[in-house]
Amino acid sequence: MLLVLIEHDRGVVGAPALEALTFARGLAAGMDADCCGLMIGAGETSAGRAAASLGAHGAARLYTVEHEVLSDFGPEAWGESLAQAVAALQPAAVLACGSERGNEVMAQAAARLDLPFAANCIAVTAPAPPATAGTENGGGSWSVTRVQWGGSLLEDADLAPGAQNEAAFFSCALHTVAPAPLDPPPGAPEMLPVAVELDAEMSRTVVADRVVLEAGVTLPTAPVVVGGGRGVGSAEGFAVLEELAELLGGRVGCSRAVTNNGWRPHSDQVGQTGTRIAPELYIAAGISGAVQHWVGAMASKHILAVNTDPEANMVAKADWAVVGDLHEVIPAITAEIRRRRAQ
Amino acid sequence: MRILCCIKRVPAPGARINVSADGSSVDAAHLGFTTSPHEECAVEEAVRITERGGGEVTVLTVGGAEAGEQLRYAASVGAHRGVLVLTDGSPWDPQRTARALTAAVESLEAADGAFDLILFGNESADSGGFQVGVRVACALGRAVVNGIKGIELSQGEARLRARREIEGGFEVYELGLPAVLGVKEGLNLPRYPTMRGRLASKKLEIATLAPDSSAGGQRLRRLHRPVETVSDTAILGQGADAAAAAVDAIAELGLV
Repeated sequence: MLLVLIEHDRGVVGAPALEALTFARGLAAGMDADCCGLMIGAGETSAGRAAASLGAHGAARLYTVEHEVLSDFGPEAWGESLAQAVAALQPAAVLACGSERGNEVMAQAAARLDLPFAANCIAVTAPAPPATAGTENGGGSWSVTRVQWGGSLLEDADLAPGAQNEAAFFSCALHTVAPAPLDPPPGAPEMLPVAVELDAEMSRTVVADRVVLEAGVTLPTAPVVVGGGRGVGSAEGFAVLEELAELLGGRVGCSRAVTNNGWRPHSDQVGQTGTRIAPELYIAAGISGAVQHWVGAMASKHILAVNTDPEANMVAKADWAVVGDLHEVIPAITAEIRRRRAQ
Repeated sequence: MRILCCIKRVPAPGARINVSADGSSVDAAHLGFTTSPHEECAVEEAVRITERGGGEVTVLTVGGAEAGEQLRYAASVGAHRGVLVLTDGSPWDPQRTARALTAAVESLEAADGAFDLILFGNESADSGGFQVGVRVACALGRAVVNGIKGIELSQGEARLRARREIEGGFEVYELGLPAVLGVKEGLNLPRYPTMRGRLASKKLEIATLAPDSSAGGQRLRRLHRPVETVSDTAILGQGADAAAAAVDAIAELGLV
């Protein structure tokens, strides 16, 4: 069995869980194994509500864990729950999406079981049968390709859990696969509770409070992102980008140079040490496209670059480019969209 | 307050990273090295906390002798002590690194008392394992939360509130000390060293510990560059005159 950590926030399942299932079911099919989901602390009603969609994305069974400590997300409580579920269910491997929570919970569980965990894989191959021991992928090792440097370098690695039959832990890099339901969708998966014992001390890292800063579209999910780089020149210079982003129902992003200059808050930074975006359209204005920025933007479906330098890396990677000063080009685009909409 | 920051020496982010001919390691010949960005913020935060309330900042790393440069850099921006777990500098798997750090923390705490706060970077900029800090915290039996971009000490520095970004806002964790946090860039804007700091850092006595750890279950086979996405960029024109063509492209996506 492959066990997939179903990431959710207070019962609401998002794209990461469906990405992980889509990734895992392909691997499970190749191994002739079941692909099953594990939902920790979602509550029976929420798990029931999510079951059909999880089944459609590949979960043959849905295991659920409930405990009074699991009132909200908590890395230690989730990690310990996952570790106990792994001990009880004995899966060949555990998979999660390489999101912030996904990687954290997997690290927690792998640490508690002292088993290896390969984060942000783009490919996973199961061990070959024991008969082929001694060959490249024989003798019990999983073979993975995982991302280093946020995706600008790849690492091929072997993952060998300590003793036989112990689980290996993997996360798939965010946006490696697009969530895709099976066609035709199978029926809702059987739901099975898994009992865990959690020390009350585990509640020490459960979320204590939440602060909502903004309603509406956020950077990681925005359908359009208008990004500005060093070429914007100042905090005030972002006004034209804000205007275009608002017009297209999108959000403003920026490069690391911009946050280092204090022109925008770090929460707007797109890149390896910032946010990963995957919009339908990324308009990159005055951004050269250094590796650090590119790895955060490379999941964009279409890119329009605006840059004074036709040789800029971002221009080379874009679908479309306009060569020129963003302070002239962006307002002209905004005006043209307004003109067409008014017609 | 006694604070420990665990840091890693990595090639300077932003540079194009090339791989050695046999794929076993990064080709470091033309690379500058630095402290992994999340950890630079960890050191800055630790220094700010001790500047406000007193205490001592120790910086710990596992690596070759050259990693001493990063300990000295930390001292130049205000850290007080540097400790190097000396290895041959080859890449270690995450379990092994965590075991070595755990052993080092235990030995430092046996000598001088427990650290109130241990800070890690959320993940290293290079290998990006997303786990070493969590493994060390679990081995020490201490609370740990990752992804932290804000720290506030309260109740006479006995507790802390830590903020982590989520979509559209942030979530708050409240921890008693001692605790461990994995922090991210954006926590603060690290200072640059002063001339006085640079001079002082030259005198830093780096304590060296021998590594005491066995290999874990992940073994590096080969590093390689991903296939570059070559895109046939359509140049739509120059300057504001290209706006109509750009809007045609945006309209193709159904966004106008």
